[in-house]
Amino acid sequence: MKFDTPATSNPIDQMKIVGKPTNRIDGPLKTTGTAPYAYERHDVAANQAYGYVVGSAIAKGRIASMNLDEARAAPGVIAIVTADNAGKLAKGNFNTAKLLGGPDIEHYHQAIALVVADSFEQARAAASLVRVEYARGKGAYDLAAAIDTAIKPQASFGTEPDSAVGNFAAAFAAAPVQLDARYTTPDHSHAMMEPHATIAAWEGDKLTVWTSNQMIAWSVGDMAKTLGIPKENIRFDSPYIGGGFGGKLFNRADVLLAALGAKAAKRPVKVALPRPLMINNTTHRPATIQRIRLGATADGKLTAIGHESWSGDLPGGGPETAVAQTRLLYAGENRMTAMRLAVLDLPEGNAMRAPGEAPGLMALEIAVDELAEKLGIDPVALRVLNDTQVDPEKPSRSFSQRQLNKCLETGADKFGWSKRAKPGVARDGRWLVGMGVAAAFRNNLNAPSAARVRLAKSGVVTVETDMTDIGTGTYTIIAQTAAEMMGVPLDKVVVKLGDSAFPVSAGSGGQWGANSSTAGVYAACVKLREAVVQKLGLASDAVFADGKVKAGRRSVALGDAAADGELVAEDRMEYGDLAEKSQQSTFGAHFVEVGVDAMTGEIRVRRMLAVCAAGRILNPKAARSQVIGAMTMGAGAALMEELAVDKRFGFFVNHDLAGYEVPVHADIPHQDVIFLDEADPTTSPMKAKGVGELGICGVAAAVANAVYNATGVRVRNYPITLDKLLGKLPDMV
Amino acid sequence: MKSFTYERVDSAAAATAAFARTPGARFIAGGTNLLDLMKLEIETPSHLVDVSRLALDKIEATAEGGLRIGAMVRNTDLASDARVRRDYGLLTRALVAGASGQLRNKATTAGNLLQRTRCPYFYDTNQPCNKRQPGSGCAAIGGFNRLHAVVGASDACIATHPSDMAVAMRALDATIETVDAAGKVRAIPIADFYRAPGKTPHLETVLAPGELITAVTLPKPVGGTHIYHKVRDRASYAFALIAVGAIVQRDGTGRVALGGVGYKPWRVEAAEAALPRGAKAVADGLLAGAKTTHENAYKLPLVERTLAGVVAQAKG
Repeated sequence: MKFDTPATSNPIDQMKIVGKPTNRIDGPLKTTGTAPYAYERHDVAANQAYGYVVGSAIAKGRIASMNLDEARAAPGVIAIVTADNAGKLAKGNFNTAKLLGGPDIEHYHQAIALVVADSFEQARAAASLVRVEYARGKGAYDLAAAIDTAIKPQASFGTEPDSAVGNFAAAFAAAPVQLDARYTTPDHSHAMMEPHATIAAWEGDKLTVWTSNQMIAWSVGDMAKTLGIPKENIRFDSPYIGGGFGGKLFNRADVLLAALGAKAAKRPVKVALPRPLMINNTTHRPATIQRIRLGATADGKLTAIGHESWSGDLPGGGPETAVAQTRLLYAGENRMTAMRLAVLDLPEGNAMRAPGEAPGLMALEIAVDELAEKLGIDPVALRVLNDTQVDPEKPSRSFSQRQLNKCLETGADKFGWSKRAKPGVARDGRWLVGMGVAAAFRNNLNAPSAARVRLAKSGVVTVETDMTDIGTGTYTIIAQTAAEMMGVPLDKVVVKLGDSAFPVSAGSGGQWGANSSTAGVYAACVKLREAVVQKLGLASDAVFADGKVKAGRRSVALGDAAADGELVAEDRMEYGDLAEKSQQSTFGAHFVEVGVDAMTGEIRVRRMLAVCAAGRILNPKAARSQVIGAMTMGAGAALMEELAVDKRFGFFVNHDLAGYEVPVHADIPHQDVIFLDEADPTTSPMKAKGVGELGICGVAAAVANAVYNATGVRVRNYPITLDKLLGKLPDMV
Repeated sequence: MKSFTYERVDSAAAATAAFARTPGARFIAGGTNLLDLMKLEIETPSHLVDVSRLALDKIEATAEGGLRIGAMVRNTDLASDARVRRDYGLLTRALVAGASGQLRNKATTAGNLLQRTRCPYFYDTNQPCNKRQPGSGCAAIGGFNRLHAVVGASDACIATHPSDMAVAMRALDATIETVDAAGKVRAIPIADFYRAPGKTPHLETVLAPGELITAVTLPKPVGGTHIYHKVRDRASYAFALIAVGAIVQRDGTGRVALGGVGYKPWRVEAAEAALPRGAKAVADGLLAGAKTTHENAYKLPLVERTLAGVVAQAKG
């Protein structure tokens, strides 16, 4: 099915099941510990051996020698895979560095060997006996020191590095009120609960991997390329994923090394990455340095908007697209954005929840707060004043829907924004109390997505697609979609995901998964409905409801259409140019109240509110979970999350969850989420958009602005830890 | 993890004897720190002597009016003991500020005193660390050291001791009782228990190899208001940036011990005399001779401000 004109009315609009707060259909499996995650799939292949990854001890240079004798002689060892004996390997399209390094080393903890043994403990013990001599090379690890060498990168996923409208320089120079400030965001780790993990088994020249992966088809293709085998010979299965956040978009060392280990050991091999390897072996959100210049009239109209961002990556990598939202968020006739990319020999940078917008808004939305302060205008009012209903770089192009102002105004009302005091004034005992606001913005993306639906005589509808549920609630929204389309209750739908044998879906990334994958299910269900009607000899306007198909005076049980055998339909939703004709984006407003201990500078979030405008919300309960999770992640980015770079040795030092702190329950006392009632007919027949990434966009800046409001201290370098406040807090009584 | 052998013993004498006859042995009780270190091969014992079932799990009154806490008393049980809560509130508050409920259920009194630093370079066997591998150097000096020591450190090591409980024990003048393989017992004031890193940061306490902690005794209660303020980047389940444990009397005198600033719970009795004059004088005395890096210099004003807050809180 091709979606190239805006949706009119369709069965989803009934909203009998779609749009209702719905418990997860996979919830009981998760809460009882019976959902099988990759490393626990003991039943899928007999005689599984254990692989343990050896990571490079240096960040850059070369392996001078590697002695495997002791490791080979260790108890239980079956095989050791290294670049020397692995055969010819290519690099996947989605990988910047090789998944198996050597002799050249590209980053710290790059995998250089896999030790396979009968038990996990034997493999781990033997891995420490792999003796490696390195010739350490000179690397670049300090972004601030490298920005002078940064270059203009190529377009990344269609995002050009530069943009310019009007005459920014002249307009900024002439602006009566100016802000020119520099902000930094550190490297972040996805820090999902489930580690990267894979079980691999070969049957002849056919490979099966049971893994934890967000994008099945991308990763099958990349593994085929890496191994040099046809992709038809590879099957991925990833039905349950314990969090991804972009860290599992691509194959990591566990997949390749499990496959190579299984080949060498001639039996199935399982590999999980220990936590330190998740941080230095896999990808992370790259650090940025951002300069923002805003020029405004005295009454607060933006006349000049400039946003530059510097980030680093390994050679061949890409920039963090931190200026992306600035091209679309506020009105202003004179604009410039620019991204520059330096070579850094740190582990590979890549997508993490709302790549670009998350760090970009961390800076931009402090800058807007600073400008409001300079103007003496309320920060909510300043944002409302500078709203635009058209793409500011291409004014002929409007937004498909844009209710940013309503998000801001609704939130201000519900949060009690009018009670916000001047900076450094509000007190609650020893706590300095402040409120902050930030706009949330994230583009909506759609990707082609296919599904197969089967109707059984029992009336049960089974959906098959290689779509993934990374903890987001995909199983449930797909079931809701099929149930709504076929007129059956939720418990008559079975959803099967994550298997590359199923039709290729959009996968989970870029917050495109929910709308895209359900649109694919919609398309398949439309076909199945046609098949049912035809089989039953009913009029084409038959109504599917209550497990029956009704036309005129006839009412037939849905399952009757499959009385002679299962009915199967498959289709793929594809997209025309609606997303080019108008700008599809999601919007929100975050409100945060913090307390800052006047004595110690400790910062604690007291309450948070998000108001989101993101098209039709398919499952308000799951969507709320997405948003409050994202708000929590944003609070972490604001207050504690930072991969500490050792600029001498070139690695992230705090590479475990004791060192890389993420918020815990005590950090997040109260959260509310409001969804505006929307349906966007330009996105798909579902009229939905993404929301899982919108939820993190702007949160950290709202926290930062609340800290400023509480203390009068402006911190522009994340995370906002107490050491950055301490010297500027009021003197002790 | 290296292969190791394991035995469980049922008496202190059997424990020290087992240790003495097996080279490379270590005692294990709760295992909340040792097992992690073994998995990373930072600790590589060839033999574990499990002392967790020893009958050292009682808290008893002493003739002097204090408490004798068995070495195997779990942190949870110690924190919730009615006598501890009533008379040694600082200890309860410090305990519950540390780790998580699950860890406190496993961790023992003796093991808590002996936990090793959380310096991230100590935890990464690819990096130089004089504490882990004597003579290899200290990567924390000149590296990521926001969490590191500001007092008592050396050119060989700037690691901190991570325990909250030990800070309270120090303020309470605890004494550590031990026994060795020869059956010799000794009582070590906690002030003398930890060794300064000097050139030998791998030697952390004055315990001889195979010497087993059997109990920690507390002198009779000193009254006063007991406050433990642990300062950290997140609200729970994090090691201290700094911690202040204080006992403040009605007349403004009292005791102060610090966590997160040095290789041991940090107390300077002479500095406490300035307590009636306010936090600054005490902090100056406590942190005299401090040596900071650009990353951890904040600890000096943080100690002073936190202590001022604690004193204000004590005054009500």
